[in-house]
Amino acid sequence: MKGSNKFSLLDHNLVPHHQLLSENEASQVLKKYNINKEQLPKIKVKEPVIQEIGGQVSDIVKVIRTSQTAREAEFYRLVIE
Amino acid sequence: MAVSQKTIEEMTRNLQLPKNILDTLHKELEETKVTKKQLEEIIKRVIEGYEYACIEPCEAAGVVSAQSIGEPGTQMTMRTFHYAGVAEINVTLGLPRLIEIVDARKNPSTPMMSVYLTEDYAHDRDMARKLAWNIEATHISHLGSLSTDITEMALGIELNEKVINQREITPEEVAGKLEDELGLTVLIDGNVLTVRPENESYRELLQLGKNVENVTLKGIIDIKRVVIRKEDTIDEYVLYTEGSSLKHIADLDGVDMTRSTTNNINEIYEVFGIEAARNSIIKEATDTLREQGLSVDVRHIMLVSDIMTVDGEVKAIGRHGISGEKASVLARAAFEVTVNHLLDAGTRGDIDELRGVTENVIVGQPIQLGTGHVKLLAAKRT
Repeated sequence: MKGSNKFSLLDHNLVPHHQLLSENEASQVLKKYNINKEQLPKIKVKEPVIQEIGGQVSDIVKVIRTSQTAREAEFYRLVIE
Repeated sequence: MAVSQKTIEEMTRNLQLPKNILDTLHKELEETKVTKKQLEEIIKRVIEGYEYACIEPCEAAGVVSAQSIGEPGTQMTMRTFHYAGVAEINVTLGLPRLIEIVDARKNPSTPMMSVYLTEDYAHDRDMARKLAWNIEATHISHLGSLSTDITEMALGIELNEKVINQREITPEEVAGKLEDELGLTVLIDGNVLTVRPENESYRELLQLGKNVENVTLKGIIDIKRVVIRKEDTIDEYVLYTEGSSLKHIADLDGVDMTRSTTNNINEIYEVFGIEAARNSIIKEATDTLREQGLSVDVRHIMLVSDIMTVDGEVKAIGRHGISGEKASVLARAAFEVTVNHLLDAGTRGDIDELRGVTENVIVGQPIQLGTGHVKLLAAKRT
């Protein structure tokens, strides 16, 4: 990879996969856990990864973590100011 | 009759099990022939086993974690320096480092980066060295000697030719950089530079000498030293730096930013975001504990880093972070600075809802844990 400016944050070893959820997927997640949005863990809209994937405030981001115990774990965060 | 791969796939697809259990299950099933009935039994047992291994509802997971990290913590050495990997770079280890991590310090006492290189740089020592000179902050003291000439009221800088060639910097570049930083004219005569202070005073001449020494001529200001090491496990040259500045190395050619890291968690958070910071906390804490020969289950450390990063920013455990934000006055007062919390709550007229564990212990009520968390409702007999 030349010109390391252009590297994608999601390629970094420490950064798990982030993806924005559609309205429909988001409500399914909330239904599954029987919670409302504000009860989710948060992520700031200003942070680099959200900037890169183009998240807006009150979007829900799905994070697919590589876990040492479960190998793969899903995690959800609410985008906040 | 043994079932086919396809039926196994179908029967296990919708199981609510972690991926590693599913993978192991698949692998084991591939090697053995089972009938449909046996497979059903196996799946039933696996789920039972998984549920048995899960933590009970209402269990005090946080307390277990706190004790499981705290007890090994008592066996840690108070002060250890030296890094097992790179002997030349000192890194805080042991208990001070663990405290640094959970306190979410903005600037750790010994920041350090591991800079991995791209394909064309990673196998060539000279290329790696060249990059290292671009990272390490170069000061005048590295390049030559300073001399103050009192009779002439001038500062002479004699550059060592060998060194400036090695570091790939010309006298003109040095002079240009100095002129920019000091706002004075620098005279060049071969390898000798001469600077004069604005006014002819002895004090200014001395001050000028100090200022010249502080100018960073090349490289990144915060990086005091760069060590090149050949890592045998990956057969690549890796740069280790004393001082940390991820943002700046990202602009350099030859740096593989997908692998380069720092031990400064706050910097990871700023450059890579909260999820990376969480991973970094887990990594740094486990490494610190392992280096001391202590094995703490990673789940406890994961819980700690989850709590530290749950609000989208890295928060400290303790008075200035998690414990200081508890809703209950009594719970906060029970932790640290008791009088201040009670006094503030009194003047504000705070109300304690008595929802948490600590405050209910204080007032002598059953706590919301284990069986105390379960409410029993009886239907009225009609």
